[in-house]
Amino acid sequence: MRITLTVNGERREADLWGGESLLTLLRDTLELPGSKNACEQGECGSCSVLLDGALVCSCLVLGAQAEGHEVVTVEGLADGERLHPVQEAFVQAGAVQCGFCTPGLVVAVADLLVRVPDPSEDEIRESLSGNLCRCTGYVKIFDAVRLAAEAR
Amino acid sequence: MSVVAPRTGLTVGRIGERLLRHDAVPKVTGEFEYASDLSAPGMLWGDTLRSPHAHAHIVSVDLSKALSLPGIHAVLTHADVPGSKHYGLEFADQPVLAVDRVRYVGEPVVVVAAEHPEQAKRALGAVVVEYAPLEPVVDMERALEQEPLHPNRPTMGHGYRDDPRPNVVRHLVIRHGDPEAPGDVVVTGTYELGIQDQAFLGPESGLAVPDGEGGVDVYVATQWLHVDRDQVAPCLGLRPEQVRIHLAGVGGAFGGREDLSMQIHGALLALHTSRPVKMVYDRAESFTGHVHRHPARIRCEHRATREGRLTCVRMRILLDGGAYASSSTAVASNAASFALGPYRVDNALIESTAVYTNNPPCGAMRGFGAVQTCFAGEAQMDLLAAELEIDPVELRTLNALEPGDTLPTGQLITGSLPTREVIRRAAALPLPEPEELPRESVRLPGGAGNTTRGEGVRRGVGFALGFKNICYSEGFDDFCTARVVLRADGSAVVHSAAAEVGQGVVGVMLQVARTELGTDDVSLAPHTTAAVGSAGSASASRMTWMVAGAVRDACRAALEQRERQAGGEVDVERVYRHPRTTPLDPETGQITGERAHVALAVAAMRIVVEVDVELGLTRVVWVGTAQDVGKAVNPLAVEGQIEGGIAQGLGLAVMEELVTRDGEILNASFTDYLIPTALDMPPVDIELIEVAEPDAPYGAKGVGEPPTVVSTAAILSALRDATGRPLTRVPVRPDDICL
Repeated sequence: MRITLTVNGERREADLWGGESLLTLLRDTLELPGSKNACEQGECGSCSVLLDGALVCSCLVLGAQAEGHEVVTVEGLADGERLHPVQEAFVQAGAVQCGFCTPGLVVAVADLLVRVPDPSEDEIRESLSGNLCRCTGYVKIFDAVRLAAEAR
Repeated sequence: MSVVAPRTGLTVGRIGERLLRHDAVPKVTGEFEYASDLSAPGMLWGDTLRSPHAHAHIVSVDLSKALSLPGIHAVLTHADVPGSKHYGLEFADQPVLAVDRVRYVGEPVVVVAAEHPEQAKRALGAVVVEYAPLEPVVDMERALEQEPLHPNRPTMGHGYRDDPRPNVVRHLVIRHGDPEAPGDVVVTGTYELGIQDQAFLGPESGLAVPDGEGGVDVYVATQWLHVDRDQVAPCLGLRPEQVRIHLAGVGGAFGGREDLSMQIHGALLALHTSRPVKMVYDRAESFTGHVHRHPARIRCEHRATREGRLTCVRMRILLDGGAYASSSTAVASNAASFALGPYRVDNALIESTAVYTNNPPCGAMRGFGAVQTCFAGEAQMDLLAAELEIDPVELRTLNALEPGDTLPTGQLITGSLPTREVIRRAAALPLPEPEELPRESVRLPGGAGNTTRGEGVRRGVGFALGFKNICYSEGFDDFCTARVVLRADGSAVVHSAAAEVGQGVVGVMLQVARTELGTDDVSLAPHTTAAVGSAGSASASRMTWMVAGAVRDACRAALEQRERQAGGEVDVERVYRHPRTTPLDPETGQITGERAHVALAVAAMRIVVEVDVELGLTRVVWVGTAQDVGKAVNPLAVEGQIEGGIAQGLGLAVMEELVTRDGEILNASFTDYLIPTALDMPPVDIELIEVAEPDAPYGAKGVGEPPTVVSTAAILSALRDATGRPLTRVPVRPDDICL
């Protein structure tokens, strides 16, 4: 089937098969591999995107469900060469190691700070508990969230 | 050739500075290209049919239906492997594709290539394999008496002690002093560890591209490009230079990418179809498609004087290596070498055995061998302290191993090992005050499950000490190559095959080159076997040490050459070697030269936990640690390694275990195999202890493994303090505490 959707502000058309996830559609067809494929069953958050402004695991959304909707991926956060404040904070805090979880976390933190501009320690931990990271032990990711919140 | 240039606007770092990673920018924007992101024009998708049996003969394989399906370009079996049918890190005991027998659930039997990944999956479903199941060997004790899984004994005759018992991969005995030496007090215990998984987030992936001349380029997430090449080429029947391995973006490794995954399979399919072939494992396949941390059973007897001085330690260590050898020999050796912990003990008998079974293959994972014995040994030290009514920290200080002492292998410690300082600094870190009740449920055991308001919750404080070797051991000819190009305009390019797996070795290379060359204008070339010699493995906490030596030497040689030729472009390659090691005597486990291990690093950890003793739920509240790092090349990255290493040890302590039944993994998903989340990880206070290692470039030791070695043991110490339970098995389950 063919669908039309808006991705990172741009209208896109895509052919897909019925069982295809939004994640696969983004990665393999729309050439936006920034959203990651770590578990593909909604446990790790590495594929997090915004669907009509709501944070979702794109691996749990059918590509076809995105017909007529608006998707923002990690590739859509920076303003040209200027990083999004959350991206900048991840770089500055040393919150990136292998980086495979990073795109999902960056999207999740950007979403958190829109909803809760000054999150408490508990709010940070709870809101990021659906994003697995295996390298950092999260400590510097929390630093990045605080840094980004201050920068806003 | 494209060159990865550092993005502007980042801090330029010399050695010792807090360097921001230049690869962090493409990683936060999503531009960084991981192995699973690769594509090529005309690309096919590969997939793997794996054994559903832990142990079986293959009676027949029928490919006809699979070959007739649409979009299928190749369906290959062992018969299509043109060269050697077997490969392996140390012994070539693992079939590229099963020949006539499968030895574990998940063993590759058939590979396919198709236009679309779903077509590949359908073809796998259409392959008909008839198996004749055999009784699986699944108990590591019984394995020593059951039928050999590898009747041709591929592990015999390699210089280790040749053990005639069936299924022994390596049996190592270290006799030190008088193993019968008595003590005033004796404590004994038996400890067990389940199977831990590396659970890196980036699944095994790669792209194999035929070069049109019979050779192949493989772009893959790995830890050691050249040793991949040296295993891949013989199986393809190619010369090494016909196989070029290029590092694709690596989504974590932790030892799990030392062994091959898709490299040979992808290359076979690409050469067979003359098309690029991409393979990407899903999470379930990743869990079965790589080696794990060895589960272990460890029996200990510690003898000491009334004053608390250790007089004799006896340990029997059994490690389940699973179906293939992988790095089991080194794991068995490390377990034995560091079994006593960083303590001075004059008499010991240590027996370490790794066995073949039909369980999932085990190999390298962060801290290998030392993690298992640290958990057991530190539990024993706490038991001894309780028995003697001595403070556990004092007991450890009293027995601390220091330079001038000897390891049980007879090796004199000549390098840095600030054990007492590490203990003192960790013990001096102030504990957080107990937090008042009532409080948010996420700050109680059980967390968001909201299982308690504080009733039944007890606090515990624990302490542990551990150490591990840095670099490869036992006579392995370990080296690291770097190539430095100085351009006429004053800029420099560093070529290295060192695998950036997330640890930040790219930063180390830049810091060394900038420091040595005195210029900020340094960039890194892509990591590949095609342009530079081997860097060795991103393993054994060795990469920083080795690559720092290689880049330093190449930079210095390049400057000298430029001076000699008075300007112009210079291109120099240099090979760095650490001080030579020699094997252990196969009968006594004693050194046969000056040293079997290059250097040691020690860490201490102090932990606070809270336990809901009614429900058996736990919460790690705080971690304080002091770690011997030699010299922190990049303190920001060192902290990141320590925090991440602690998280993995926390996982092993309270949640992570691959559960098997008759050799089959029952929880191969992130739904069922739990790793620590943002809610599980406590704050960490870190003291870096910098006592330069005399043999290491810039005095720097590797830092990745010690935190993982120690944190499991330290958390268990705190859990025992909170519960009064012996807790002799990890991960600790709720019913270990409350039933």
